[in-house]
Amino acid sequence: MVSRKKAALLSKECVACGCCAKSCPLGAISIYRGLHALIDGNKCAGCARCEAACPAQVISLVLEEIAAC
Amino acid sequence: MLKQKRWYDYLWIASAIYLALGFFNILFAWLGLICFITPLLIAIIKGNKTYCNRYCGRGQLFELLGGRLGFSRKKAPPKFLRSKWFRYGFLAFFMTMFGMMVYATYAVFWGAPLKKAVTLLWTFKLPWDWVDTSMAAPWMAQFAFGFYGVMLTSTLLGLLTMLLCKPRSWCVYCPMGTMTQGICQIKYRKEFSNGTQSKANC
Ligand code: SF4
Ligand code: SF4
Ligand code: SF4
Repeated sequence: MVSRKKAALLSKECVACGCCAKSCPLGAISIYRGLHALIDGNKCAGCARCEAACPAQVISLVLEEIAAC
Repeated sequence: MLKQKRWYDYLWIASAIYLALGFFNILFAWLGLICFITPLLIAIIKGNKTYCNRYCGRGQLFELLGGRLGFSRKKAPPKFLRSKWFRYGFLAFFMTMFGMMVYATYAVFWGAPLKKAVTLLWTFKLPWDWVDTSMAAPWMAQFAFGFYGVMLTSTLLGLLTMLLCKPRSWCVYCPMGTMTQGICQIKYRKEFSNGTQSKANC
């Protein structure tokens, strides 16, 4: 099994600020209706820039099998 | 792959100019109302946070100073900052202070003397008497002083959390950000309670 790391939203406390979306070089993140970030797992390459940018600390890289719940 | 810059990526310049203008003529503070009304209108009409995500010059300024220029420790902010209690508590506090400022404007409108001072962090009154406000009614000047104080205070808090934590830590507890997200949550309440959010990444 391939275990690649991908970004995932880990908490409901996302503030929908959009820092993550701005930092993603692949445009894999959008802000869903001003509610929370939405990560497109197919586009994500696991570079962790969003994790570093998120001021609420709610994005983290997780192994793909775990990410795909 | 670098994303191409758009016109709205330069709105941080407008934010910086706004803060500077207040030193020359306090009446420019009125322009700050744009940063209050626009995000609310976008949230109410369109139901999203495009203002935060795209147009907010203040967010961009923190991103630039803290991110690109490195004035930030880039450490995770404490968890309580993102909690509902803190965010809505800060919003309530902020709105109370805002209400008191509007009340002061109202008092001056009915004849109370104009106070030429900018209040920082809700406590420190900076004398601001080098400005000439004779071209406007006293209540207009009073509001300008009060509003500029609000803008300067929030910028200071934002700069402080930028230095200590991540560049845009202010966005976690920014009253405008909390309000616009709250409006979106009310607008999409049905979906929200159906648990769409928890399944966001599946
Ligand atoms: S890990 Fe990298 S590619 Fe994946 S969503 Fe975050 S910034 Fe984009
Ligand atoms: S940066 Fe963090 S808090 Fe902001 S929208 Fe992205 S996940 Fe949410
Ligand atoms: S949260 Fe506040 S400072 Fe941050 S982008 Fe939104 S309006 Fe601007």
